[in-house]
Amino acid sequence: MVELTQTWYLVLAALIFAIGATGLVIRRNPLVMFMCVELMLNAVNLTFVSFGNMLDDVGGQVFVFFVLVVAAAEVAVGLALVVAITRRRQGATADDLSLMRG
Amino acid sequence: MRVEMFVFLVAGAICVAGALGVVLFRNPVHNALSLVATLFGVAVLFVAQGAYFLAAIQVIVYAGAIVVLFLFVIMLLGVDKADDVRFEPIPGIRIAAVVVGISLLGMSLIALLSSSDVVTGTQSALAPLDPAIPDVNRIGEALFTDYIYAFEITAVLLTIAVVGAVMLSRQSTETPLDLDEFPDGTMADKLAIRLEEAAVADSGDADGPDADGPDADGPDADGSDADGSDADGSDAEAVTDAGGDS
Amino acid sequence: MELVWLIPALPLLAFLVLIPFGRKLSDPGAGWFATLMVGGSFAASIVAYSELMSRPADDRVVHQVLFSWIPAGDFSVDIGFLADPVSITMALFITGIGTLIHMYSVGYMKGDPKYSKFFTYLSLFVASMLVLVLADNLLLTFLGWEGVGACSYLLISFWFNEEANATAGKKAFVTNRIGDFGFMVGTFLLWMTIGTINYVDIPERLGGITELTATAIVLLFFLGAIGKSAQLPLFVWLPDAMAGPTPVSALIHAATMVTSGIFLLTRLEPLLFQAPIAGEVIAWVGLATALVAALAAVAQNDIKKVLAYSTISQLGYMFLALGSGAIVAGMYHMITHAFFKALLFLGSGSIIRSMSHEQDMRLYGRLRKYLPITSITFILGWLAIAGIPPFSGFWSKDEVLAAAYSSENLGVLKWGIGILVALLTAFYMTRLVIMTFFGPKENWRDPEKLEEIGVASSFDDSDESADAEAHHLEPSHTPKESPWTMTVPLVVLATFATVAGILNLPFADRFKSLEIWLEPVLTHSHEAPVATTLFILAGVAIVAAVFGVIAAYFVYQKQKIPAERIEKPALVHALYINDTYAEVVAGPGTAAFQGIADFDAAAVDGAVNGVAKVTSDAGKGLKPLQSGLVRTYALTLSAGAVLLLGFVVMRMSF
Repeated sequence: MVELTQTWYLVLAALIFAIGATGLVIRRNPLVMFMCVELMLNAVNLTFVSFGNMLDDVGGQVFVFFVLVVAAAEVAVGLALVVAITRRRQGATADDLSLMRG
Repeated sequence: MRVEMFVFLVAGAICVAGALGVVLFRNPVHNALSLVATLFGVAVLFVAQGAYFLAAIQVIVYAGAIVVLFLFVIMLLGVDKADDVRFEPIPGIRIAAVVVGISLLGMSLIALLSSSDVVTGTQSALAPLDPAIPDVNRIGEALFTDYIYAFEITAVLLTIAVVGAVMLSRQSTETPLDLDEFPDGTMADKLAIRLEEAAVADSGDADGPDADGPDADGPDADGSDADGSDADGSDAEAVTDAGGDS
Repeated sequence: MELVWLIPALPLLAFLVLIPFGRKLSDPGAGWFATLMVGGSFAASIVAYSELMSRPADDRVVHQVLFSWIPAGDFSVDIGFLADPVSITMALFITGIGTLIHMYSVGYMKGDPKYSKFFTYLSLFVASMLVLVLADNLLLTFLGWEGVGACSYLLISFWFNEEANATAGKKAFVTNRIGDFGFMVGTFLLWMTIGTINYVDIPERLGGITELTATAIVLLFFLGAIGKSAQLPLFVWLPDAMAGPTPVSALIHAATMVTSGIFLLTRLEPLLFQAPIAGEVIAWVGLATALVAALAAVAQNDIKKVLAYSTISQLGYMFLALGSGAIVAGMYHMITHAFFKALLFLGSGSIIRSMSHEQDMRLYGRLRKYLPITSITFILGWLAIAGIPPFSGFWSKDEVLAAAYSSENLGVLKWGIGILVALLTAFYMTRLVIMTFFGPKENWRDPEKLEEIGVASSFDDSDESADAEAHHLEPSHTPKESPWTMTVPLVVLATFATVAGILNLPFADRFKSLEIWLEPVLTHSHEAPVATTLFILAGVAIVAAVFGVIAAYFVYQKQKIPAERIEKPALVHALYINDTYAEVVAGPGTAAFQGIADFDAAAVDGAVNGVAKVTSDAGKGLKPLQSGLVRTYALTLSAGAVLLLGFVVMRMSF
């Protein structure tokens, strides 16, 4: 039996992160894009905790705490944006929000 | 050790499955529920690594609050219809995304596995994780001493986020400057029209097209047929070109 | 003594307060507020003066550094103030006269629609002037120098609704730019040569400087002084500058700003003595200016123009003193001149105001019975400038002439020309006084003359008419004496113009209080001629002055000689110097500038536009990258992350 090391956690986190990044690019629905961002954040949280364990430092866990807070703020503002946009035009996707194009 | 391995494998499988579900399911409600699965999996992995407090707030805040917020918005906006994935307005982005995602994973794996198990970095001297002290105490202590400024600033950030959210989602009492941000219709509308045209063009062929009437309100997956996806590339190009000109 | 900064700070505060609140304070609140602040500055100067006086003679220097202004490697400039006898003397008479003129303006500007703006500018002027004199380095002096220049511009064209006034302001500004160029290049050269621009350090580091470099530096700074102090060949702006309100002419274009050139050279006095040739140049330029301006003053009919040319002429005297090495004499004449010229200008302002803003002296006459206070004070000023003992002008002018006499090269010739200028000064000032206050009749009572001169002046001097308000002088007009806010300054200034001579009496060394006061900061002292020579020189000067007065009396009061024989057209036009400039600038000058403009349009603009075009084209080329599509951004971001990871992997494997 292979021994379970911290590297396993990191590999899992990398996998989730890559899936999230790919999903972020592929999906057009802004809500789902936000979910993909949450996936990536969770992957990062996992690495933080793993590294914190490896280095025997509480800082990793504290950072996860901050990431949680930032994620909450991001979701609040992001969902408000989605609501504001969808109210104007039903069925708008992220591709429609290109007013800032050069 | 066997138990730990078992826990990791099960939780990891749930995580990956949930992540794939978030990306691949076409219905936003399903995506949100997949996300919950991943979040629970991550919470279990937190427990496995002794981060009990984080596991708790992962479940309470993430699964309990954030995902519920997602679901709430989905229901509020009535977007719980499956997305139309037949057309891609940005040509080639799916392939590019998969390539980039796989290379991201590949690079990470090379970096992780080619090195030995020793992580670069020094062992903590100032803030060690002491098994004797509960992690809640340790995190609380660190938060209110070393990270006090960051902590206070996050408080400000949350306040700003709340105010911003309220401002953004408030029904404007004044008439907006630009009454319609999408004078030419949304991308989805255009795609529907393209699809319609493609279907009409194909109707000359033997295949009997099964198109709906003109439906400018939004994409409708039901109207698809095999010929529609053949026209994918050229249609998408035409749409992006039109977008670039305006 | 740590409060030296307060001296320029108070007028600056007045400026800063008047910008937003000037309109609220309005008339006369804004004026009194500005007066109060300048008065406070005067009080601070007195405190600084008494503080310096209480110290031993060679310790009378206070160097206060407020903060570092431009720290750039080796080159570092502080905002610092240097209070020593020279700068405090300047600060005293700037704030003192400034207070009086502010007070005068309260009455003079009454009812002007831009009342508060006038005092805003005037306060800024006083603040800049004080920065100029109190600065401890050349760059800060330059800041004040440009500040007074800007205020001068703003105040000359104060009534800018009239084209002529705006033009006069621009002319002053542009002419001064030529001088400022000299100032700047001089500063650069000084920094390159001795590595400091701080007045405290300059004397210590002068050891290795060659005479050639010193001459070049002094002449460059003299170019600056020529511009600011209206010397030949750049004096043409000052007569036009009389377009501004009369208090401005008194404060800026007679008493303070135009003397900053003399102040600058006084500050650089250690350098001046390293460059004897430059000294000669300064002396001769001053002398030539004095003569030309005095000749021009003889033939002017605009009362303020006479005084303007007179100012130029007197400034020429000061440069003569500096060039002859008599720094103290230059300062002495500067102080007495500030008093009597400010007095004369304010007096002329009082006259102009009482005559419905008519400035042509040919329409004056027998005004003394209408304007008793103005006429008495004005006559005191006249006696002072004409060089009649014991009024202040006599003593200072005599000292300048004595310095010229004892200078090394052609001293007697310089003295002789100086005496000629003194004679002319007495002549034109007497002419002015007779035409205004005495004379055979009240000229504005004559409707024909009024008509003729009114038309003529509006035809002739259309671009030089001084006040914006059209004159409504009627034959039935009865002049009225000015209000007390205007007469009180006149009386105070008349007192000083009379007695200021006691600052530096030549009879014995202990009477030379100004010299004793200034001596410690000056590196070289000037040897005055022996007493007997001095008395002979003074005697000749008195004779010349009296002769000038009498000659003018016969021409203008008794009218035994027709005035036309003296007032030649060449003199009216100040030897056509201004007209020559106009010709040159209009003909070949315009062509040359057109060439430069074409070059600018083709090469410089071409380069600039080319850069802009390249940037713009590059932007257009890159525009598609900013598609506005979030997903492409996310893709790019991820690709970047891959590249970064690739870099990490590369680093790991090598």
